Amino acid sequence: MAGYGCYLFHQKDRIQRLSLGLTALAVAIHLVAVIVQGIGMKGLPIHNLVQSLSMAALAVGGMFLYIQYRFNLKILGLFATGLLSLLMLAVVIIPDTAVEPDKVIRGFWFFAHIILIFTGEAALGLACGAGILYLIQEQGIRGKNPGFFFKRLPSLDFLDMVSYTCITTGFALLTFGLVTGFIYAKAIWGSFWGWDVKEVFSVGVWLVYAALLHLRLYSGWRGRKSAIMSIVGFAMLAFTFLGVNLILGGHHQDFTR
Amino acid sequence: MSKIILIGANHKTAPVALREKLSFSGDETLAALEHFKQDDRIKEALVFSTCNRMEILYIPETGDQIDAVIQFISDHKQLPVSEFRSSLYVHEGDAAIRHMFCVAASLDSMMVGEPQILGQVKQAYKTAVKVGASGVLLNRMMHKAFSVAKRVRKETGIGDNAVSISYAAIELANKIFSDLSTKSVMLLGAGEMAELAVEHLMNHNVKNIVVANRTFENALSLARKFNGSAVQFEEREAALADVDIIISSTGATEYVLTRDQVKRAMKARNHNTIFFIDIAVPRDIDPGINKVSNAYVYDIDDLKNIVETNIQQREQETVKAGRFVEEALVSFRKWMGSLSIVPTIKAINDKMTAIVDMEFEKTLSRLNHLAPEDVDAIRRMTRAIASRAIHDPVLFLRNTGDHRDDSLYLNVARQLFNLDLPDPK
Repeated sequence: MAGYGCYLFHQKDRIQRLSLGLTALAVAIHLVAVIVQGIGMKGLPIHNLVQSLSMAALAVGGMFLYIQYRFNLKILGLFATGLLSLLMLAVVIIPDTAVEPDKVIRGFWFFAHIILIFTGEAALGLACGAGILYLIQEQGIRGKNPGFFFKRLPSLDFLDMVSYTCITTGFALLTFGLVTGFIYAKAIWGSFWGWDVKEVFSVGVWLVYAALLHLRLYSGWRGRKSAIMSIVGFAMLAFTFLGVNLILGGHHQDFTR
Repeated sequence: MSKIILIGANHKTAPVALREKLSFSGDETLAALEHFKQDDRIKEALVFSTCNRMEILYIPETGDQIDAVIQFISDHKQLPVSEFRSSLYVHEGDAAIRHMFCVAASLDSMMVGEPQILGQVKQAYKTAVKVGASGVLLNRMMHKAFSVAKRVRKETGIGDNAVSISYAAIELANKIFSDLSTKSVMLLGAGEMAELAVEHLMNHNVKNIVVANRTFENALSLARKFNGSAVQFEEREAALADVDIIISSTGATEYVLTRDQVKRAMKARNHNTIFFIDIAVPRDIDPGINKVSNAYVYDIDDLKNIVETNIQQREQETVKAGRFVEEALVSFRKWMGSLSIVPTIKAINDKMTAIVDMEFEKTLSRLNHLAPEDVDAIRRMTRAIASRAIHDPVLFLRNTGDHRDDSLYLNVARQLFNLDLPDPK
């Protein structure tokens, strides 16, 4: 993150390359650590808050590397590494409570559900980042005051395209993640839908993104409106991921003990 | 020490008509370099000519040869000296080096920071190398010029900012749209600045250009000029559905495009981004359009403000760039100084060796009883004495410092040892 901060000010490509390299290395080490931990637990390491946040950080890191490879939006690294730092700081600070692996949370559908939901949320998180960058650049251009960020950020069209791609990718992953979650719920609890708080909020977030995509396609909701929606959507998503479990409870609460 | 001289005329000293007369075409440049190569009075030369400047950088064999070079320009361009002499500048030594560094770094350009100049300087240097007109000094100097230019480009924002209205408009367009080659432009009315902006956009290969003018014939002729299409002025609202950038410069006293018209057009264009550049006074484009989602309006004052801010920023960067040039100049001067030190040391050494050899031979002619090994021993001893005697002065000369004038000490050394050194080749 410090590297990307330097890159923001100095705009030296070698600083960005070094920062990206370090991020890729960190993601690779993190992936190996999660795999090792998973093998040790004979399942996905997602049994408490620390493990869930760690998994979220891994998903954000992996998705950022993919988006970076695809679009080369260098400055997005500032947002991504900021989010990663926040997640990993929480992982370090929060006590890692010892949890007995639950035999219920295993199997293909559970695995698919977790991977799809986490990567989908990571993509939507990056869409929020691109949305923030869009609003900053747009503010300068519309306000007739191209300032510090004008040269440092790419064009509005490009930022909008990156944000849109992240939204469509995230939305698709989230959709499959919810579907696999319903299938898994049917297999474990005997019904697709149990009115669990998390289920309700997740579908609510899904509807927000569905509405955004619909409005974009049929009512021209692009640019500023789309950027604001992606930020609002991600705020709701973050609340659904953490807030619901910590404040409202539900059977997903076990993942954030 | 060799003298570096630069004679030239540029946009600051000569009007365009004179610059045209003085400019050297590619073939003329080759011919001029061949001439200098054959000329015994000139050791090395480089000819640099663009639409904004004509410069001859050279190193004379003896004297300064300024009149000879000016006469050559006169003969070559078939212009009386009196017609251009007052427009010429002549820089010698540090001033010439500094000037060349500034030219390469685009600090002396009409549009400071423009990137083309470095390529042109490199081309001029390549030509000089190809002809064989440049030598050790100019090779080193030009490479130094390239490195300082690169440093200025990398470490200052000197070329980052648009400092003309039309460039500022294009810069904004580039920050609104990701790829101008997929965008269409509509020109409303016709003004010199608007046409200039369209030309800049054409350099970015915009997809197509639509011209709307109250006089359709004028629209047609402009459209032909830009290889685009013409529409009736009344069709301008309908045309908004298909164009992305609108450059307006009509003489209308009221807005030619209003917020309501653009709002209607936005639906037709699926709310895709649209950018209005209003160069007209009074304004053509309703400023309220800037409040419409995905529509941006910049009028002449907005663009002027950006340009003024950019110019202020550029002036700050120019100071930094000037420091880089001075650093490069000091380093180059130091290198040039070292060129003179080596032959001076060698000359001192040779002189001392010659003296001891001469005295040794004189003495040896009276000492016939010495064995050959004794002769060798004495010869070695005399040479060692000579070497020891000049050791400290040589060390002093070699140890060039940043805070001393090496040329002064070289001169003193030459006078002390009575050396009459030719200039290093």
